[in-house]
Amino acid sequence: MNALPPERIAAPAARQSPARLALRRFLRHRLAVAGLIVVVLFVLGAALAPLIATADPNATSWSAIRRAPSATYFFGTDENGRDVFSRVIWGARASLAAGFLSVAVALFIGVPIGLLAGLAGGWVDALISRIADAMLSVPFLILAIALAAFLGPALENAMIAIAISASPVFVRLARGMALEAKATDWVEAARALGNPPWRLGLVHVLPNIIPPLLVQATLSIAEAIIAEASLSFLGLGQQPPAPSWGSMLNSAQRFLTQAPWLAIFPGLAIFLVVLAFNLVGDGLRDALDPRSEKR
Amino acid sequence: MVLAIDDLTVEFATDRGTLRAVDGVSLAVASGKTLAVVGESGSGKSVTALATMGLLPGSARIGGRIVLDGEPLTPERQRALRGGAMAMIFQEPMTSLNPAFTAGEQVAEALRIHRNLPPRAAFDAAIAMLERVRIPDAARRARQYPHQFSGGMRQRVMIAIALACAPRLLLADEPTTALDVTVQAQILALLDTLKRETGTAVVLITHDLGVVADHADDVAVMYAGRVVERAPAARLFAQPEHPYTVGLLGAVPKLAGGAGRLASIAGTVPDMRNPPAGCRFAPRCPFAISRCIAEQPPLIPITADHATACWRAPLSQILEAA
Repeated sequence: MNALPPERIAAPAARQSPARLALRRFLRHRLAVAGLIVVVLFVLGAALAPLIATADPNATSWSAIRRAPSATYFFGTDENGRDVFSRVIWGARASLAAGFLSVAVALFIGVPIGLLAGLAGGWVDALISRIADAMLSVPFLILAIALAAFLGPALENAMIAIAISASPVFVRLARGMALEAKATDWVEAARALGNPPWRLGLVHVLPNIIPPLLVQATLSIAEAIIAEASLSFLGLGQQPPAPSWGSMLNSAQRFLTQAPWLAIFPGLAIFLVVLAFNLVGDGLRDALDPRSEKR
Repeated sequence: MVLAIDDLTVEFATDRGTLRAVDGVSLAVASGKTLAVVGESGSGKSVTALATMGLLPGSARIGGRIVLDGEPLTPERQRALRGGAMAMIFQEPMTSLNPAFTAGEQVAEALRIHRNLPPRAAFDAAIAMLERVRIPDAARRARQYPHQFSGGMRQRVMIAIALACAPRLLLADEPTTALDVTVQAQILALLDTLKRETGTAVVLITHDLGVVADHADDVAVMYAGRVVERAPAARLFAQPEHPYTVGLLGAVPKLAGGAGRLASIAGTVPDMRNPPAGCRFAPRCPFAISRCIAEQPPLIPITADHATACWRAPLSQILEAA
């Protein structure tokens, strides 16, 4: 037998960091990569909305009411003669902002509280866990609607409501992972090294629980986008005339038979973005699962 | 003396009553010396070490005095000195390193916490430390993660972490139990060298008497939460004065011993929630007399540096008669 060519002999990577290994596994996951591409396209679309949109999303036109999709109006026009394509592009801003910001806030609230509960234990844990359980016992959307109604109709308030409703999931996840980490030898060794409790939680435990948090955050973004669309649909989110996929669906329902494009395009946008985030989340889960790690 | 433990007791409240895991233990180690603490599982040797480090759970009730370098260890002092002036190595090198950080970062952490070194300097010092524990190609290995190290190499990293701040006291809790025999010899030889270089006092917790013979200056034998015998290593092997030690030495497999059954000590360790009233070894002791069952023997010196807790000591006459 010939010797393997040098490049075939697996060269041990100098810096085989867990993140790099996970990235390699993620990139092997085709659907997840497709999802990531869709997400990136939507993010670019939202960021570059002024350049991409063919018209002012709020400009009405009495001469072009409920036009079917055409070369001028890619997605048609709505009941006020506004360009649906431009409104879908601008609407991505509200949806993605709601998705990313509210989940970021939920992480910021939920993770420290969950770490505290898991690491402190005792009555602190009992109190935090019961509150989180109580919040989780109310369906996500109902809680968000109640909070949004209480705060008043505005996109910012809808995002706050979504963030609060999404946080108990992170409390519970972080607490569970912290409990698991607390029983490991390396946390004991870190204590023996003189780490004060706060450092133990933030420097030692937190980096080890990032993978499941990342997966959950991705899936939560999909949920938050649906929640924002639902709240806007109900008039509790983005306020007219500013474009939002949810409020576009709301006004579209009166013209479902005459002008189905009013419902199809914002609906399709929601569907695609939510599907994409779920695919990315699944891919991340597979890539970051410690059980699939080569030992 | 670097470490002096005086009349240490540790109790845990359990569902079925109070468990006294450590009962009146006194130990001492001098700079540059190794004290081996020997005993079977549940004899209280690890609990003694954890009590010294202040790592027992809050539910543990601790009595007695632990003195490090002439000053009593309070919980605050333990927190401050942990990882600095006193360090500990654990049994399981495979799981004792944080999987999310490189080896170098973990050694550097000790220096950052206790020496306030900036990250860059701490990492350079960590590489030097990894070289001192004979990790080949230390500069490259420092940037690798624990999963890229073998068990023996991980234990070297653990030793590097423990010795990074040149501790006065090193507690090694069965540091080689999880390693295979050749690696075990390398690790223990390394500990001996580093100990001589730094003058660190070492408490070596083990149940392997072979390790004790080669690496310890003094030995304390523990049984059911008490020290039953204390002597210089050479003397303990030549002339054991407690029936439990005699039994332990008899249970060591010998190459020349042939293929016969291994010797063992009859019976099991007593239930620590409900220990025997007299000597705790009496139910298993071939030499027990009625006094052993009624009265607990104190640890009394036979010679200047050899003490045993046995009513029938010195055993030499009985052993010769038998």
